[in-house]
Amino acid sequence: MSHDHDHITHADEPTVAGRVGALAELLVEKGVLDQETIRARIDWLVSRTPADGARLVARAWLDDAFRQRLLDDARSAALEVGIDPGPSPVVVALENTETAHHVVVCTLCSCYPRSLLGPPPDWYKSLAYRDRAVSDPRGVLAEFGLTLGDDVEVRVVDSTADVRYLVVPQRPPGTDGLDEEALAALVTRDSMIGVARPLAPA
Amino acid sequence: MTFRVGDQVRVSYRSHDGHHRTPGYLKGMRGTVLRVHATFTDPETRAYGESGLPERRLYLVDFAAREVWYPNAVDGRIFADVFEHWLEEAS
Amino acid sequence: MKRAVHDRGGWGDETPIDRTEHELADWEVLMDAIVGALSARGVMNVDQLRRGIESMPPKEYEHTSYYERWLYSVELILSEKGVLLPGELDARVAT
Repeated sequence: MSHDHDHITHADEPTVAGRVGALAELLVEKGVLDQETIRARIDWLVSRTPADGARLVARAWLDDAFRQRLLDDARSAALEVGIDPGPSPVVVALENTETAHHVVVCTLCSCYPRSLLGPPPDWYKSLAYRDRAVSDPRGVLAEFGLTLGDDVEVRVVDSTADVRYLVVPQRPPGTDGLDEEALAALVTRDSMIGVARPLAPA
Repeated sequence: MTFRVGDQVRVSYRSHDGHHRTPGYLKGMRGTVLRVHATFTDPETRAYGESGLPERRLYLVDFAAREVWYPNAVDGRIFADVFEHWLEEAS
Repeated sequence: MKRAVHDRGGWGDETPIDRTEHELADWEVLMDAIVGALSARGVMNVDQLRRGIESMPPKEYEHTSYYERWLYSVELILSEKGVLLPGELDARVAT
């Protein structure tokens, strides 16, 4: 059966866009899909944002019991604050400490905790990141401007299957007295992947 | 086989034609079970339209980067999720 | 042991990581939504999606964009299932 892709090239975006549109139309016409389900899915995708993950981290910084619950069962903890990452894929939170720093990758494709962070950045899905995050993590972190001391153990987490990992970065110094909202504003997407620290307070 | 946290395991060193979720760089490598996850449908069969049953247990395994990349000197750890049917007891 | 093209950990490419980010285009969001909807309807699952992507000829895999790979896979899997008939999508695109 013909499966000709000569016309799909990296540069030819209007052609690809047109083909995707045509595919959606065709599938809806055939009754394989319906507009409502597609629409709902689009709405879900565009509403996912790192702000959800950041709230969990900020609450964990403020409330030690919550932090423990987050590490034990991230979904239950998220539900407590009105965020539902869904039952699948499973999300597991891993915390950074003075002596351990986690960084997440999916060497096989692009697995990422989208329900809590939104869509992954292009570099996360890139061949180069998937290659060297596991084989030269300190080199990769240096490319992102992050240097860790020799006394810090770097732990690269390769999300190969049905579990997605969220990094809980360390609380920055000088943030005593900040409330949850102010703390959440310091928690960047990249700090929850593990390639950056959270922001310093103003 | 079922494993518990702390068990020493080895990732099977075998090629697999077709979809599977065990990265090549970890095949044959020795590690320690860090977490016991739930069971999940088997991607190797589900990728071809089968049900993916029976479900397979997934384990988070902790590897020493130095061993994985030997003779390149890389410090730190690599954690990866590996399915039960890709793990063996390590001596 | 030979590695499939998608199995990139330690592949050995020294290319610096390009940190440029782009906002997803409408067609990319739609492509993602199509896959999600197909999954919700039980027509195609994520393992099939990945298997389809992994079956791309290596040069194509390395030189197409992320969601173009998804499109390739969806066409492959739906054609396998007879949901898409040969040439049907080409014909639709041509109109």
